[in-house]
Amino acid sequence: MAGVLEQILNGLQLGFVYALIALGYTMVYGIIRLINFAHGDIFMVGAFVGVLGYTVWGLPFPVAVGVAMLVCAVLGVIIERLAYRPLRYAPRIAALISAIGVSLFLEYFCSLNFVFGPNYRVVPRPFEVTSFSVAGVTASNIMVVVTVVVIALLGALQYLLFRTRTGKAMRAVSQDHDAARLMGINVDSVISTTFAVGSALAAAGGVLYAVAYRQIWPFLGIMPGLKAFTAAVLGGIGIVPGAVLGALIMGQVDVLSAAYVSSQFRDAIGFSILILVLLVRPTGLLGSRQPEKV
Amino acid sequence: MILEVREIDVFYGSIQALHQVSFEVAEREIVTLIGPNGAGKSTTLRALSGLVRPRSGRIIYQGRELSRVPAHEIVRRGLSQCPEGRRVFVNLTVLENLEMGAYTRSDRAEIAASLERVFRHFPRLKERVRQAAGTLSGGEQQMLAMGRALMSRPRLLLLDEPSMGLSPLLVEEVFAIIQDINRAGTTVLLVEQNAAMALAIANRAYVLGAGRVVLAGAVADIRDDPRVQAAYLGDVILDAPGCGPAAGTDAAASRSREETRA
Repeated sequence: MAGVLEQILNGLQLGFVYALIALGYTMVYGIIRLINFAHGDIFMVGAFVGVLGYTVWGLPFPVAVGVAMLVCAVLGVIIERLAYRPLRYAPRIAALISAIGVSLFLEYFCSLNFVFGPNYRVVPRPFEVTSFSVAGVTASNIMVVVTVVVIALLGALQYLLFRTRTGKAMRAVSQDHDAARLMGINVDSVISTTFAVGSALAAAGGVLYAVAYRQIWPFLGIMPGLKAFTAAVLGGIGIVPGAVLGALIMGQVDVLSAAYVSSQFRDAIGFSILILVLLVRPTGLLGSRQPEKV
Repeated sequence: MILEVREIDVFYGSIQALHQVSFEVAEREIVTLIGPNGAGKSTTLRALSGLVRPRSGRIIYQGRELSRVPAHEIVRRGLSQCPEGRRVFVNLTVLENLEMGAYTRSDRAEIAASLERVFRHFPRLKERVRQAAGTLSGGEQQMLAMGRALMSRPRLLLLDEPSMGLSPLLVEEVFAIIQDINRAGTTVLLVEQNAAMALAIANRAYVLGAGRVVLAGAVADIRDDPRVQAAYLGDVILDAPGCGPAAGTDAAASRSREETRA
């Protein structure tokens, strides 16, 4: 029984990381109806920058996370400006192809020797790992750090979206670009802000992922990116709470299927969920509106 | 003149929606643009708000050229639009919708004062401030959309089909409020298919047909013009090229509205 609970805690930790990535997918989709396939690679860049921050650059861990978030926020804004904005009024498939191009570019550019290099790197931990057990269930301080950081960021996001002028403008733009323009909202800058926020969250997820799972390389973002995309679709793409719900489910599916079915089947099971959702309920668990084609 | 539109051409792709449209609005007037479906009324308002760009011609607002100014800047200059179909933010609350209307303003005390003024015009909105806008009735959404457009304290308010989908009683109410807003000092440019109602409250009118201004003048002259009489009594469609069957059904619709009113 304790074993199952421990697996569920592991699933929760992974689900929290997925949530940070899934939020960016869903927010960007909500605002410009684009699946930003480069989002997983932003997560990867965040992981590298954060790890470099607390190792090579000698920054305290929280500062390293902040730097990674900042760098990725800027990266997200630049990507939108260069790769998506020129295609804003083109057929939607054009921006989607552009996103795949950006994704490949980031992966192979980061694989260059003068960037991050093509190899796996083992990540040193920024702090001592300690385990403790509560009622026979063992957990680690990493789990606590991940949980605290993710809850804090979700709280900050909630505050941004519902209490600030910028956040309300983001919600308004996601509903109706032209009506938002008629309010005097600069839609382009709201879209930039959305990319910045989504990319910063993914970067935080990247650093936490690196610390928790201890291996990074330039193709790190592909699988968690796809899982988080699945999570966003499962919860209802474009719906912020749906992304978190979907991510928590995907975390459990990943960990429990690896533990109790087979780790070889883990990804197959995860993506069967994607197919199933698209077939049975394309609007996702929390979605009620008409399904949108990607 | 608060607004001068000079010979604007607007295209959607290769289709020309406006041909050399010119008109003007003086301070404190109510001016109405009437005409059948597809005549270019909404396109004209979209051009004024910067949502579409004229390919040629000039839009001069308070003495300054507007046709190259970004849409979000136009609101800051005091020109606000309540769009066709209301376009309220359905997932935002009534209060948040009104806050978005005041997006260009930063003085909290002044925003609070505007909010009070909007609630004076539309008391029903005050009872619903915490409600999601999508849960409002059509009439309430129209009032919210108008209130939202007023929150930027416009000098020139553009209203696109405020009567659309409303019961005759609500139409009367909305038009009375438009007159109130105008009396309080806001210039109004009103687009309507309900020509009878629009002509009843406006000072001057322009009749659009197939993307051109086909008639202009004081409302009394427009109302008595045989072509308008004909168009809005449904015998003949408006004397302009390209007014298709849509114009006919529109004329029929406004005739039946006339009859209800009589």
